[in-house]
Amino acid sequence: MKQLALIFATALTLSACSSHAPSVGINDPHEAQNRATHASNVQLDRGVIKPIAVAYGTVLPDPVRKGLSNVSDTLGLPGTVVNNLLQFKLGDALQNTARFALNATLGVAGLLDPASEVGLVERDTDFGETLHVWGFGEGEYIVLPVYGPSTNRDMIGLIVDIALDPLGAVVDPAIASASTPLKVADIVDKRYRYSDLYDSVIYGSADGYAQMRLSYLDKRRFELGTAVSQDDSDPANSPSYDLYEDFYE
Amino acid sequence: MNNMFPSRPTILGRRSFLTGAMSGLAMMVAMPQSALAFSSAQAEALITNTVKDINAIINSGKSESGMYRDFERVLVNYADTPNIARSVLGPPARSASSAQLNAFTKAFQSYIARKYGSRFREFIGGKIEVKKTQKINSIYDVSCTAILRGESPFAISFIVADKTGKFIDLTIEGISLLKSERAEIGAMLDKAGGNIDKLTASLK
Repeated sequence: MKQLALIFATALTLSACSSHAPSVGINDPHEAQNRATHASNVQLDRGVIKPIAVAYGTVLPDPVRKGLSNVSDTLGLPGTVVNNLLQFKLGDALQNTARFALNATLGVAGLLDPASEVGLVERDTDFGETLHVWGFGEGEYIVLPVYGPSTNRDMIGLIVDIALDPLGAVVDPAIASASTPLKVADIVDKRYRYSDLYDSVIYGSADGYAQMRLSYLDKRRFELGTAVSQDDSDPANSPSYDLYEDFYE
Repeated sequence: MNNMFPSRPTILGRRSFLTGAMSGLAMMVAMPQSALAFSSAQAEALITNTVKDINAIINSGKSESGMYRDFERVLVNYADTPNIARSVLGPPARSASSAQLNAFTKAFQSYIARKYGSRFREFIGGKIEVKKTQKINSIYDVSCTAILRGESPFAISFIVADKTGKFIDLTIEGISLLKSERAEIGAMLDKAGGNIDKLTASLK
């Protein structure tokens, strides 16, 4: 409990540092440092992650990889439910709980996904979103080593999600300990499954760093429902759709 | 949006009809732009056709290069490619000659068709459905859902400009094609030393 309080205190203090301003444009004051981290992440992908992903994807057949990813998703659900509750989204919490109950039993410990068949799809969330719901701003864009794009708020969210994962309290410790390797398997599977997409952004772009930053921020703001409204005029960063005014004035 | 064809009142008094017609005329005089503007229904119809064509392409069983050609045709028919091209080029577009702009627009069109066409390859066996249309200032946001085999559905939006009645952006889960390409083409132009002709050549 002491540990928990400490984490919360850290999280709240750090998050308080980040601005509460609406998420507009790109706030990347540490771009040089971020670009360096991005470059080493790309090196890591080229030398280690991508070859592993290709090997994993080649050796294991698709249904097996899908099954392992399903288990990983199922084991992540208790943490998601906690965040649903912290955001006061009771409907989502119930749906994810039902999903967990169904997939952990009828779904053979999560290998199969019968819940989705009956419409109980995951209502995904994380502590970064919880902080957003509580009113914390996005903060600065940061590239984390190995993990990749994030923001001040989402980095705190990530740390809290890892530290507070309630999985151990819900399932057998032996199963809970399989959670991390399964998570890794899931990431490797995604790297393989969407390799065209990753490759085009990481290696095929004139400025992969800028593409990744833009994609991460846009997608995250879209998920959180904080996407910039269309009339926000910062033509460099937001789709202000002033295409015509711009040209014919 | 089901108000594409609002049911007409069958009994309409002659006077109220006239008043309606007069005030309509008055509005047209007062605000010619808004009276002549594109409507939500038209925007949605445009995207319904776009999506129909895309669905046909992704399930046509054609070769990759055949699909890219078809995608380019969809872009030319339904998107305002000349203005998208100018926009991604940014300020340098102002100093470019019209011949340079035309050449860039053509190269940009086929680059987009190839780049996003290869992405749509992952859509084979799937489909896109038009969901709803929302007017935001001078644009219509036509939201769609992409339903792919073995994947959870995700959101796609076409942004249709009121002014031209064509789409000017496509967002996939909030990621804007226009914004991405502004960044990408900007970086490519830097690499080409700011030379638009070089940039155009590199897009081919």
